[in-house]
Amino acid sequence: MIRKTDVINRRMFIVGAAKLVILAGIIGRLFSLQINNNKKYLTLSDKNRIREWKLPAKRGNIVDYFGNIIAGNLKVYQLHIIPEQVENFNYLISRLKTLLKLSDGKIEKIIKLKKKLKPWDSIIVSENLSWSQFLKVNNYLYDLVGAKPVMTITRNYPFNDIYTHILGYVSQPNEKDILQNKIIKDRFVPGMKVGKLGLEKTLENYLIGTNDIQRYEVNAYGKRINQLEYQKGNQGSKIRITVDTEVQKLCAKLLANKAGSISVMDIYTGEVLAMYSSPSYNPNLFLFGISNDAWQLIRNNPLKPLVNKTLSGLYSPGSTIKPIVALSALENNVINTNFTVKCTGKIEFYGQTFHCWKEKGHGFVSLNNAMKQSCDTYFYEIARLLGVDRLKITAEKFGLGKKVLGEYFDNEKQGLFPNTKWKKNKLGKSWVLGETLITGIGQGYTQTTPLQLCLMTAQIANGGYSINPKIIVNNDPLTLEQAKIKMLEQNLNNSDKKLFKNQKNIKIVQEAMFSSTNEVYGTSYRSRIDDPKYQFAGKTGTAQVKRISKRERELDLKIDQIPYKDRDHALYIAYGPYKKPRYALSIIVEHGGSGSKAAAPMAKELFKLIIDRKELREKQSSYEKIDI
Amino acid sequence: MFQDNRLNSELTFFQKVKKLDYILLILIIFLSAISVFVMYSTDGGQVLYHTKSHFFKLLTFFPLMLVISFSNIKIWHIISYFVYFIIILLLIWVSIDGIKVSGSQRWIDLYFIVLQPSELMKIGVILCLAKFYHRLKIEDVNSFVSIMVALAIIIVPIILVLSQPDLGTSILIASSGLIILWLGGVRIKYFVISSVAFLISLPFIISFLKPYQKLRILTFLDPDRDPLGAGYQIIQSKIAIGSGGLGGKGFLKGTQSYLDFLPEKHTDFIFTLFSEEFGFLGSVGLLIIYSLIIIRIIIIGTISKSNFAKLFCFGFAFAIFIYIVVNLSMVLGLLPIVGSPLPIMSYGGSSMLATMIGFGIVMSAKINHKQMIA
Repeated sequence: MIRKTDVINRRMFIVGAAKLVILAGIIGRLFSLQINNNKKYLTLSDKNRIREWKLPAKRGNIVDYFGNIIAGNLKVYQLHIIPEQVENFNYLISRLKTLLKLSDGKIEKIIKLKKKLKPWDSIIVSENLSWSQFLKVNNYLYDLVGAKPVMTITRNYPFNDIYTHILGYVSQPNEKDILQNKIIKDRFVPGMKVGKLGLEKTLENYLIGTNDIQRYEVNAYGKRINQLEYQKGNQGSKIRITVDTEVQKLCAKLLANKAGSISVMDIYTGEVLAMYSSPSYNPNLFLFGISNDAWQLIRNNPLKPLVNKTLSGLYSPGSTIKPIVALSALENNVINTNFTVKCTGKIEFYGQTFHCWKEKGHGFVSLNNAMKQSCDTYFYEIARLLGVDRLKITAEKFGLGKKVLGEYFDNEKQGLFPNTKWKKNKLGKSWVLGETLITGIGQGYTQTTPLQLCLMTAQIANGGYSINPKIIVNNDPLTLEQAKIKMLEQNLNNSDKKLFKNQKNIKIVQEAMFSSTNEVYGTSYRSRIDDPKYQFAGKTGTAQVKRISKRERELDLKIDQIPYKDRDHALYIAYGPYKKPRYALSIIVEHGGSGSKAAAPMAKELFKLIIDRKELREKQSSYEKIDI
Repeated sequence: MFQDNRLNSELTFFQKVKKLDYILLILIIFLSAISVFVMYSTDGGQVLYHTKSHFFKLLTFFPLMLVISFSNIKIWHIISYFVYFIIILLLIWVSIDGIKVSGSQRWIDLYFIVLQPSELMKIGVILCLAKFYHRLKIEDVNSFVSIMVALAIIIVPIILVLSQPDLGTSILIASSGLIILWLGGVRIKYFVISSVAFLISLPFIISFLKPYQKLRILTFLDPDRDPLGAGYQIIQSKIAIGSGGLGGKGFLKGTQSYLDFLPEKHTDFIFTLFSEEFGFLGSVGLLIIYSLIIIRIIIIGTISKSNFAKLFCFGFAFAIFIYIVVNLSMVLGLLPIVGSPLPIMSYGGSSMLATMIGFGIVMSAKINHKQMIA
């Protein structure tokens, strides 16, 4: 007889054993999760709870050659609203509206933003409060629950419009900026500014800096609970450029209210001392989004402030090409210094009349004289004898038709120097001899940028050696001595880098340019400086922007009688001091009339300043650690 | 009242107090104390609603347990069917006029308490079947009629609970019931056959499941298929437990729960929080307390003279074991997510009430362990 109690007890025993096994299984699982995989789950748990907030990185400063900050960072006061701390949103907004005089559009934007963001994300009400506004907000803070005055940094250009065309400006990145640059993408934070133009854009990756990082513990909804760590980022690299602010300022002064460009270059080291395009605009306007009115004012200005004329302005070089034409003719033994041409004011060629600028003619002129007085007839003749193809070779050697600063400026144009082949390929037509003639006086198809003319002048001035123009001071500096040694090496070993066949020819051209400035009847005689310390040699140019009709020629109008748009561009290239050349420059005044009247006088003031500052400049190290 | 006097005539009050099972009592008090501290942690280290409410429930139900302890085990034998019947009526009431919360209709409002009768049924079914097998002759245990009756006792409440719907509680009621069948001596063969049949019909059963229940099973099989949706709970729970490590993150320092990554931390996932803060050692410690409670109940069952008390104690011990296993397996990712609280630890009045009544009956069995029931 089986007893019920026994059955129950026996069965309980079986159950008990099963329980032990199951319990062991559960403890095994606990062990596996908590002991074996503890690291894995700890990491996952930290990933859950720790979130990083990136703050905008501090951009590197850009300084001029003397270390003056030309693009820096400025403390600004902003006003943020943190919606979850706001008691009465409508009241706060209406208070702020009267306090800061916010526009209705701005209010709408804030309300839209509030709907989009999480309640703990702050809304930037004002990016840049004036000091008085900041004080006002602080005074009424008790009444503005949820509003938070914040101090932050922003880009600042202390010289306003002086450097705009070199530096560009920064603004909020658009989608394209982010997609095209991985570094921007990685370091993107709302409110960050990236370079939009100029060096700010091309050197973005050097300037950008690394973000400050705040690590917060967050809850499951992403709300920050407490700050765990604050990791300071690094400011972007400092960039030092070769430009001298004082020279740059003078350029701006000289070109005030004019459209044009001035470039100054060291003829040995290739350092750009100044590069100014006029008119300019204030890059600080773009920091917080430019107002439409200000933007329209810039955009619609007939003098085109948005165009960087130094690099993207394409001009006929006019008579400033003549040193190259003369050199090419000498180099190709087409002429010698004794070669003369009789100028009667015009020559007939295949039934077409080619005029010299001097209606009465210059009479018999040799090279030196022709250059001095800028006799067009002489250059028609030697261009004819030389031919455009040989001329192009010389012109290209001296840097025409090529970018000067390379990839530093997206907007740099390469210009054009034509030859017969080019015309055949591009226009499908044969070269006409008349075109050679006008190419010889810098008209026709030739298009140069002001910086190209400056480089060309520099390479004539240094005795005919190629130099590498530079605008950034880097870890590969060239002292004057090193530069000269390099040139000597070019002369001896690297004949392909040497720009001349016979150095005497360069000398002849230099002397002709000297005459043009320093001898009576020279086109820029009135702008000369007699003091040998400052004495310079140069060549004027006057580039026609439209064909002069016969009637106009007969009328011989004064400059202010011609409509602005039809006036000639005034050009001037020069180098100095003549005895010991060091600097070359090019000046272009759009629609300024004649080169000798509008452009050459500026050179006089420029050389005075540049040469006075030479010693100061030489005291500065031309070395920076940065590898660009 | 006269019944009371008659049944308790053998022992005086002081004798009863002396015979109380102090080991079990201390273990229960200890577990209750832990549960209050853990609840305090779920409230983020503040005495907030859940902590207060849990504490007051303990204050109410613990004395109730003592009162039941002092009652004679015979009373429970007498009223077993009646209790079962009352709970069935309450379940019917739920299905007619229950409180609906997020799709499930599980509660009735009794004004002084919002009751979940299915929780009480976990005890009710044990009581009912214990009496049934107590009275059944050993020869009749495997007769067709008696097995059918026993199954009917289990299936009727299950149908009512499943319709709420509440799969978790249904499973717990079923296993509490089946264990009595097992202890009562139903042939092992039947258990084997029905297990095989169950496994074969499992696909059909699954096809009857509600979509959310199917989703839970799929999620259990692969929690990563929807980590922010259905799999979220189990993934976060595993992270919390796993990150606890050997010694835990420390009391009130469980980041997963403190930062709200842990869902249902007051109720079904309370062990997760405990395990995150007290680690492997703490978790094993908690399991030891539970094991000691279960062992103690089994011992009480063993020394009980009456089969009713035996069956109830063994059944209840197994039930507690099953609650713990199902809850822990769920939070450890070993079983699909089915709502099942951890006895005493989890927040929830009905569950605690049922567990305390169970403890009370066990205590009563201890006090009256020499009592024979006819």
